[in-house]
Amino acid sequence: MGKFTMPSLGSQMIEAKLIQWHVKPGDTVKKGDIIGEIDTEKGLIDIEVFEDGTITDLVAKEGEVIPVGSVMAVIGEEGEADKAEMKTTEASEKKMQKVREDDKQKSETKKSIAEKKELPSQRIKASPLARRVATDLNIDIRKVEGSGEAGTIHRKDVEEYARQRVADETFEKEADMAEHLSKVEKKSMRQSIAAAMSKSNKEIPHYYLETDIDMKATVKWLTNENKNRSVNERLLPPMLLIKAVANTLAEVPQLNGFWTDEAMHIEEGIHVGFAISLRQGGLVIPAILNADMKSLDEIRSDFVDMVTRAREGHLRSREMSSATVTITSLGERGADKVYGVIYPPQVALIGFGKITDRPRAVDGSIGIRPMLSTVLAGDHRATDGHTGSRFLEKLNNQLQQPETL
Amino acid sequence: MTQITEQTITYRQAVREAMSEALIKDDRVFLMGEDVGRYGGCFNVSEGLLEEFGEERIIDTPLSESGFTGCGIGAAVVGMRPIIEIMTVNFSLLAADQIINTAAILQYMSGGQFNVPVVIRMATGGGKQLGAQHSRSLEGWYAHIPGLKILTPATIDDARGMLWPALEDPDPVLIFENTTLYNSEGILTGNEGEVDIQKAKVRREGNDVSILTYGIGLQKSLKAAEELSKEGIEAEVVDLRVLRPLDNETIFSSVSKTGRAVIVDEGWKSGGISAEISARITEELLYYLDNPVERICGMDVPAPYARHLEQASLPQPETIVKTIKKMGGLHG
Amino acid sequence: MATKKKNATTKKKPLANKSKNLHLLKQMMRIRRLEEKAYELYTQEKIRGFLHLYDGEEAVAVGVIENINEEDAIIATYREHGHALVRGVSMDRIMAELYGKVEGCSGGRGGSMHLYDKVTNFMGGSAIVGNGLPMAIGVGFAYKRQKSDAIACCFFGEGAVDEGEFHESLNLASLWDLPVLFVCENNLYSMGMPFELAEAETNLVKKAEAYNVKGSTVDGMDVLGVQETSEKAIHYIRKKQKPYFLECQTYRYRAHSMFDPERYRSKQEVKEWKKKDPITTFTDYLKHEGMLDDDELDQLNNQVMQEVEASVQFAEEGTDEPLEDITKYVYSDSSGGEL
Repeated sequence: MGKFTMPSLGSQMIEAKLIQWHVKPGDTVKKGDIIGEIDTEKGLIDIEVFEDGTITDLVAKEGEVIPVGSVMAVIGEEGEADKAEMKTTEASEKKMQKVREDDKQKSETKKSIAEKKELPSQRIKASPLARRVATDLNIDIRKVEGSGEAGTIHRKDVEEYARQRVADETFEKEADMAEHLSKVEKKSMRQSIAAAMSKSNKEIPHYYLETDIDMKATVKWLTNENKNRSVNERLLPPMLLIKAVANTLAEVPQLNGFWTDEAMHIEEGIHVGFAISLRQGGLVIPAILNADMKSLDEIRSDFVDMVTRAREGHLRSREMSSATVTITSLGERGADKVYGVIYPPQVALIGFGKITDRPRAVDGSIGIRPMLSTVLAGDHRATDGHTGSRFLEKLNNQLQQPETL
Repeated sequence: MTQITEQTITYRQAVREAMSEALIKDDRVFLMGEDVGRYGGCFNVSEGLLEEFGEERIIDTPLSESGFTGCGIGAAVVGMRPIIEIMTVNFSLLAADQIINTAAILQYMSGGQFNVPVVIRMATGGGKQLGAQHSRSLEGWYAHIPGLKILTPATIDDARGMLWPALEDPDPVLIFENTTLYNSEGILTGNEGEVDIQKAKVRREGNDVSILTYGIGLQKSLKAAEELSKEGIEAEVVDLRVLRPLDNETIFSSVSKTGRAVIVDEGWKSGGISAEISARITEELLYYLDNPVERICGMDVPAPYARHLEQASLPQPETIVKTIKKMGGLHG
Repeated sequence: MATKKKNATTKKKPLANKSKNLHLLKQMMRIRRLEEKAYELYTQEKIRGFLHLYDGEEAVAVGVIENINEEDAIIATYREHGHALVRGVSMDRIMAELYGKVEGCSGGRGGSMHLYDKVTNFMGGSAIVGNGLPMAIGVGFAYKRQKSDAIACCFFGEGAVDEGEFHESLNLASLWDLPVLFVCENNLYSMGMPFELAEAETNLVKKAEAYNVKGSTVDGMDVLGVQETSEKAIHYIRKKQKPYFLECQTYRYRAHSMFDPERYRSKQEVKEWKKKDPITTFTDYLKHEGMLDDDELDQLNNQVMQEVEASVQFAEEGTDEPLEDITKYVYSDSSGGEL
């Protein structure tokens, strides 16, 4: 007996709604068969079965929201299935006869009900243009409400739906966040941080690598760059560090991702989380999504926006939960070095100390340079020191050429 | 082309000036038809031309539509540039054999040896309580025939500017002048110069809906467009001008922009030019359409005499406005 | 009625010019052999569509066209192989046209009913009865305006007389004094409709005269009679700048087109008319007058047969027009694509 569970189709996916089954108990299935359709955040997705057998039970009901990993169906072995089916057939033969007779009597009323039930499968009235625009915007036309005659969907309706969807998503995420924060408050944020950190310390075999990065070039470039900028648009060192880390991770992707199910899962998107301490106490770690793809200015505006919203309690859940790596920087008033604790299931954390002037040998003589102490915390299950060193070296290179960031 | 200065004239005068110019410019040109000379033209279009150009070039004919139309065709084949006037399109059916069985196809069936550079002008259209035999718009029906070129001047400039290029065209050109337009006045801008008789023309720009029309439909459509504009709907009005060969490019470019097409045609709806245009749009632009193509056409009835009935049988600006306002997805 | 017809061959004038007569005979023989070959090829499916043959009527085309000048135009009907041939369109190009080949005189676009040739002013080939008459007056009209000496010569059957276009055209030609020769080839049947059942007035010249058009009737089986009468008619047209109507009474031996059970006439009637065959009677006459002997006749026959065989060879070797040219000539600038 096998159990078919709600598949995980991405690290973000926690649950999905079962839209419909394509199979019924008694059906024989083969590995690779599409047995149903689920609605995920990313849209409708076919689910396929991974073993041969016979469906003996459909646990999940259509329309039900099912968490990832929960049992949706039970699949029996093929031989067993035949027997089961035959048994059912024999045993219920008499019963069936009765049912058929009943059916006959009710046939007329049933017919009309059946006809009504087929209605949802009727064609949706949408203009060809509306359909094309929906396809372009990746919108399921069935969800759009038509404003035209007899509910016909026009381009305008699709476009309005698209705008609404963006607004809804924002609203939902903000609502989630509010809920999350209130929950956290109840439990006390400190406690939850403590829990996460204990778990980390308990489960993650950390290794630490540290290096000092000469920040002269970066500081100089930053000073120059900021001369031409208004106060509101000035770049701050953390913004450059986020960008540099993101770029480096693009080259060393082994540190970007999650350790789950006893395996490393490298993430494609580089979402750099950075710790923000809240005035009321506690810590949140929102992420700048796809930081490697963003320009410095985009990172700057995301950063400012997130800090502001974090302090107002308006972060979106996606921003909160999607970091693939974390940076912690204690800033000007902090310590020289930070040995951070990795946030599971991430596999790396980069701790930046404050920039301090220190003597350093450059080109054969000693000079005073602005130095940044950088500590990489790595999960030894996922990577080793070699990868970590490579990361630090490349990060250093990035910061020697700030103009390329 | 003679110098054209900006002036207010009637459509009738514009046609007359065009003929006069052609008669002056090219001595192969002559005008032949019923009552074109002494009477001055049934619609007074050729008034004064007989006096100016003489009987050799302005030729009154007996009521022999097939005879004189065929005569024009024959003369064209051997080097003349005739303007044949058929009083109205209704009578052209008496000459249909010559127009269709000869003019349209002679070049093809002779393997390219004999082309027919004839121009046949005729009045068309209803709305004047002339009854079922004098009120037809058969230009779309002629547009069915390969080998013919079908022009429908709707403006003063086109009435003035289409004749000469039609005479220069090596193939038979039929020009349909809507009787209701003859009295219309307008400024001859001369901007058109010689009209490009291959191209439709956008007479009013808009992004919400394309009204595709020609001839008398243009005025009605422009009027409807102004009404719609008051309600925030901006209609683009395309004057087809040439019903054969149809200018697909201009039609498609407008409809792909607006996503909506309304065809206004005084001709009968069933199997008419409106059906052809609609078919081309759906063949080519289905995935650009936000609404089904609409057609506002002459009803499939012989023209009734009684005014209220006849008006009801023809496209009207109010119908155009109503039809467009009913279209989905327009506002917002 | 056929039996009422006079036989004009008996009233022949003495002939001075042997070579001219032999030429007339040869022209008629060329038509006859061409038509016979066309019939044969039709049965072999080399030629398709409608095929209207001129057997029996050769004297009309030969007699009239003998007097036509190079600059004159000829407008004929769908039974026009003979007219095209004696006008000067080569048998090769006619046969190739029947084959539907590019080398045909209409480029394979016309077929049997639509032979055209610009070089010889041969303007069809119209297969709508009566349709050619208005065009002929237009051509005459243009020639007159162009101050040309040329005339338009228009052939049509007696069936065309029943069409409005005949009456319109004769009236206009007369009204405007147009140089047009109207040649009515009265072969007694418009398809299956007998002449006397179609006409309230069987005297066709009277109809022409009603429009103030001068006219006459001639025995269409007599090539010399046709030639002499049309010569006078054409002289009149050129000199007076007026139209002329010439009725040639003749007979077609074959079916209207290829598929025709000929229920409308008796075999006996055909047999009677064949006794007046223009080629046989003219051959006999020339022999009788000492202008033709058997050797000369054999020689003529051989020449014509060689020409016919060569034309078949030419047509067989002809080229098919490429499909991509199908829209060419719909308009002067058509070269294909959307129309």
